[in-house]
Amino acid sequence: MKILVCMKQVPQKDAPLKLNETAAWIREDVSYEVNEPDAFALEESLRQKEKHGGEVVVITSGPARSQQVLREALAKGADRAIHLEDNAFVALDAFNTAKAFAAAIKDEKFDLIFTGLQSDDYGYAQTGVILAELLGWPHATIIMQIEKTDAGIKVKRELEAGFFQFVDMPLPAVLTIQSGINKLRYATLIGIKQAKNKPIRKVTLAEVQSAIGGNLQKIERLYVPQKTKKTEHIEGTPSEIAKKLVDKLRNEIRVL
Amino acid sequence: MWGRPPSAVRRAKPGNVLARSKQLEADFMSDTILVVVEQREGKLNRVSWETITAGQTIAAATGWTLEAAIVGASVSALAAEVAAKKVAKVYAIESPRLEPYTPDAFAAALKQFLTTKRPQLVLMPHTYQVRDFVPKLATAMGRTVISDCIGFKHEHGKLVFTRQMFQGKFAADVSFASDAPWFVTFQNGAFRGDKAEAGVNAAPVETVSIEIADGVIRNKPQEVFKEAKQAVDLTQAEIIVSVGRGIKEQKNIEMAKQLAEVLGAELAASRPICDSGWLPMDRQIGSSGQTVAPKLYLALGISGAIQHIVGMKGSRTIVAVNKDSEAPIFEIADYAIVGNLFDIVPPLIEEVKRAKAGN
Repeated sequence: MKILVCMKQVPQKDAPLKLNETAAWIREDVSYEVNEPDAFALEESLRQKEKHGGEVVVITSGPARSQQVLREALAKGADRAIHLEDNAFVALDAFNTAKAFAAAIKDEKFDLIFTGLQSDDYGYAQTGVILAELLGWPHATIIMQIEKTDAGIKVKRELEAGFFQFVDMPLPAVLTIQSGINKLRYATLIGIKQAKNKPIRKVTLAEVQSAIGGNLQKIERLYVPQKTKKTEHIEGTPSEIAKKLVDKLRNEIRVL
Repeated sequence: MWGRPPSAVRRAKPGNVLARSKQLEADFMSDTILVVVEQREGKLNRVSWETITAGQTIAAATGWTLEAAIVGASVSALAAEVAAKKVAKVYAIESPRLEPYTPDAFAAALKQFLTTKRPQLVLMPHTYQVRDFVPKLATAMGRTVISDCIGFKHEHGKLVFTRQMFQGKFAADVSFASDAPWFVTFQNGAFRGDKAEAGVNAAPVETVSIEIADGVIRNKPQEVFKEAKQAVDLTQAEIIVSVGRGIKEQKNIEMAKQLAEVLGAELAASRPICDSGWLPMDRQIGSSGQTVAPKLYLALGISGAIQHIVGMKGSRTIVAVNKDSEAPIFEIADYAIVGNLFDIVPPLIEEVKRAKAGN
């Protein structure tokens, strides 16, 4: 099976974020990491390749820094990478990001495309489904298991409140992958060495410009959310904090 | 006042939407809000009432007309339930091919309906089902979805929708830069379902039969099932001690477990902890786990990603321990302890033991 994995670089989970001067985006001088569900999507693609053979290609969009997610994916076992490299890609909405990806892979023939179920920065949870529609492929979201069948694949969708559902679907297809579908591997030293010789195809903004248009939605402003709750800080040494909290548990919260 | 007076509500005759499409195009204006409620296996998803409240609130702010729709194989009984609320009209969008749910059929049915009807704004709950089909539907119409919103503002005649970004560290006000219909999904809990106003009279229900051609539906879904029976019902717990990534290693779970034991609490966790197998999946709180509202929710090393918050924000008292003073969990905490949980939990266990012994 030939699988494309869409990956994204996002600010590290505990990175302190600050607004930039436009107040519509963050200052980008922070540490970045792979969007967590995308790491599970990559792992799943590698496992499918190990079972059924084929090729794993990873794709991302963003400035030079985002190449790091491709390097890590290649070190873990992806065969090659596609990098839509331009700072402008960061500000694209999900619709245009999907359009740019579709344009960048128009000469490829994948059986499956995986994305993480959503990103930790925008959190749209849309790009994979939009890409499926643009390509005219079927899709399934929030996937916890993938099996190859004679007619295509059988996937396990996670529903809410502990429910699941198996869905049979034909290929090619797009799947959005849930965190926890598998156990992530680490890159090996050999893998890291081999990654240096694996190809990364660069795609410029100009190459996909004709496929994308103006954003269909616009972030007017970004801000620290207004608190709706009055929060009381409990401070002091750990033992003082413990005493104060127990006092509150007993006298205010009344659970002791 | 809400919306238009009833006399101004336009009525359409029941019948087949395809046959009436010309009339409808001329008939309906761009100042309509359509709430698409969710049903599963013949039952309304309760989150639908929240979306009705959202629609009523936006209608009150804008003066637009509010209508509702429900999609399925045979949904007129459910449509009647929705028609009891203060809405101008309810559409039962039906086709035998809409059962069981598939994204292909739902997107096809709603595209036909919306192309004819052209509401300005389409509201839906941000459920797993909606997430599965609404980006496809919007894309098929060349439109966009502002997803997972927590509120809206109506500023100088312009609607903006508020959503969380960067895992809740920031909020963003987002506007549409495209033509109608505008699609918006609202996060579970963004509006209060019990505030959905009832109508004076039942709203008219119109059944709209949709043709879904052969070959449109590509996925073959099987029966919905529950994995092993949930062993732990966290919804009944009075006190929950919940751990997140800040617990660092599996062996540290023991410490949280001790705290839970002395407090007489249930132990729970955010998704990453269960994904790692450090606690079983049935102890997970959040959008993909259980939704709880205990007397006390003690969050240890939980940053407060949206997916977790939706599962516990109804707790009566929230105490959060986190070393990151900017962690979003503090936004909803009643008591905040900024510090290392490994420093704070051991003396807390001792202090609780002492307090209990003193009783």
